[in-house]
Amino acid sequence: MEDIITVRHLTKKYREVTAVNDVSFAVQEGEIFGFLGPNGAGKSTTIKMLTTLLLPTSGELWLAGTDVVKHQSEARKVFGIVFQDPSLDGDLTALENLQLHAVLYGLDRRKAALRTEELLKLVELWERKDSLVKTFSGGMKRRLEIARGLLHHPRILFLDEPTLGLDAQTRNLLWNYIGKLNREEGMTIFFTTHYLGEAEAVAHRIAIIDHGRIVAFGTAEELKNQTRTDSLEQAYLQLTGTAVRDETVSSADSKREMIRRVITNR
Amino acid sequence: MQAIYILWLRQMKKYRRSGLRMVLSIVQPLVYFLALGYGFNYIFEKAGRGSYIQFIVPGVIAQTILFTSIFWGANIIFDKQFGFLKETLVAPVSRMTVMLGGSLGGATIGVIQGVALFLIALIFGFHPYSWTALAGTLLCMAMLAFAMVSFSSAIGAVVNDMPSFMAVTNFLVVPLFFLSGSMFPLDNIPGVMKVIAAVNPLSYAVDAMRATLIHQSHFGLATDFLVMTGTLIALTIFSVVRFRRIEA
Repeated sequence: MEDIITVRHLTKKYREVTAVNDVSFAVQEGEIFGFLGPNGAGKSTTIKMLTTLLLPTSGELWLAGTDVVKHQSEARKVFGIVFQDPSLDGDLTALENLQLHAVLYGLDRRKAALRTEELLKLVELWERKDSLVKTFSGGMKRRLEIARGLLHHPRILFLDEPTLGLDAQTRNLLWNYIGKLNREEGMTIFFTTHYLGEAEAVAHRIAIIDHGRIVAFGTAEELKNQTRTDSLEQAYLQLTGTAVRDETVSSADSKREMIRRVITNR
Repeated sequence: MQAIYILWLRQMKKYRRSGLRMVLSIVQPLVYFLALGYGFNYIFEKAGRGSYIQFIVPGVIAQTILFTSIFWGANIIFDKQFGFLKETLVAPVSRMTVMLGGSLGGATIGVIQGVALFLIALIFGFHPYSWTALAGTLLCMAMLAFAMVSFSSAIGAVVNDMPSFMAVTNFLVVPLFFLSGSMFPLDNIPGVMKVIAAVNPLSYAVDAMRATLIHQSHFGLATDFLVMTGTLIALTIFSVVRFRRIEA
């Protein structure tokens, strides 16, 4: 199997904090890869760098043979992403959100229309295609985001805590889709989660990041053997400790939080 | 091109769906027009300057466009807050495309508001000196709207929270508007105010509209368009640069 994601000596420094510290790993094509770590460990920063939202301070990032730093536009065509927070336009309908995405990714109009219908049916939103997204529940939005992330046939799908805040039914449905996509289209899945049971059940391989460094890497089985524990949760706690972290948020995150507060208070 | 179009279309759809807000945003300039227009008309005519209603219409059109456009950047903040901006930032399009698509949408809305005010003014008896010169007015509206929308987008790109954004834009909008000659002629004002008006880019937009609508000009139409073009280019570049620096 070929490596589709390659990260070499990746470092991201904010003024005084080193969020990601000399991280190297590789993900194989067709793999479901779990990227775990406590809050503030560097997960989101790594995903942002992999998806061109942040520039690394140093190090190399490759997606499907494309240098992410040097050829951003090309790299962006390779992956789809479902963000931790919603990123849909609530004033547009489900269909319009997907159509906009199709044009941004330069897809052929007729093919995109077929793919849109197929995906909306897959995520069971076809009946609601003409409803404004602001009328959707959290689970429906997440499903729509997944459909949108898949629209341009990405070879890699990034999922940043895709099941956060969803009920067991929706979580189950979601992992079923993802498993299906992985098996049938050979799509590489790179996900983060705080639900370790979930990671143990679906991930082929797992990396655990803590304090900006990779502290463990391998299959769930290997991590358990390595730590002599019987569940990934125990292995994880042994590797990262039981102390609760004070998340060091980036300045953008804290500002975003501030806006959210201001807006909800109005 | 396609990407710019779809981002423009997005703004048009949102505008059409905004319902009452569309109508409400025209009320404030309309009040200025009617209250000041009719209120000062008598004095203005007594002073031998002709009809104040004629005089104030270009100023009020400029005001409508200024006020709609300079707050446009609030949409960038909403896009940051509701996450949609990330969708455009990871898409295989340049930051310039993202900025231009949105700004063209905002500018179109500004022009629509300006034209709406012009049509209302016609009902209240405003008459342009030449119908063909209206093409120039329209161009001027578009340039003013795009320049202000770009500027505001740049502020929206830099600032991350609504209170700061409102503080900055409110700080700018009132002096820009009142010291532009939109409400009064610039020829008989104290020297300091004259200097301020001369460095205020809005003055030239107001002047160009007055030149093309009622055939009165303080700076001369050529100067107006020269300054407007320069401002437009500078603010567009500024905005593109600020967009390039957005980090999610």
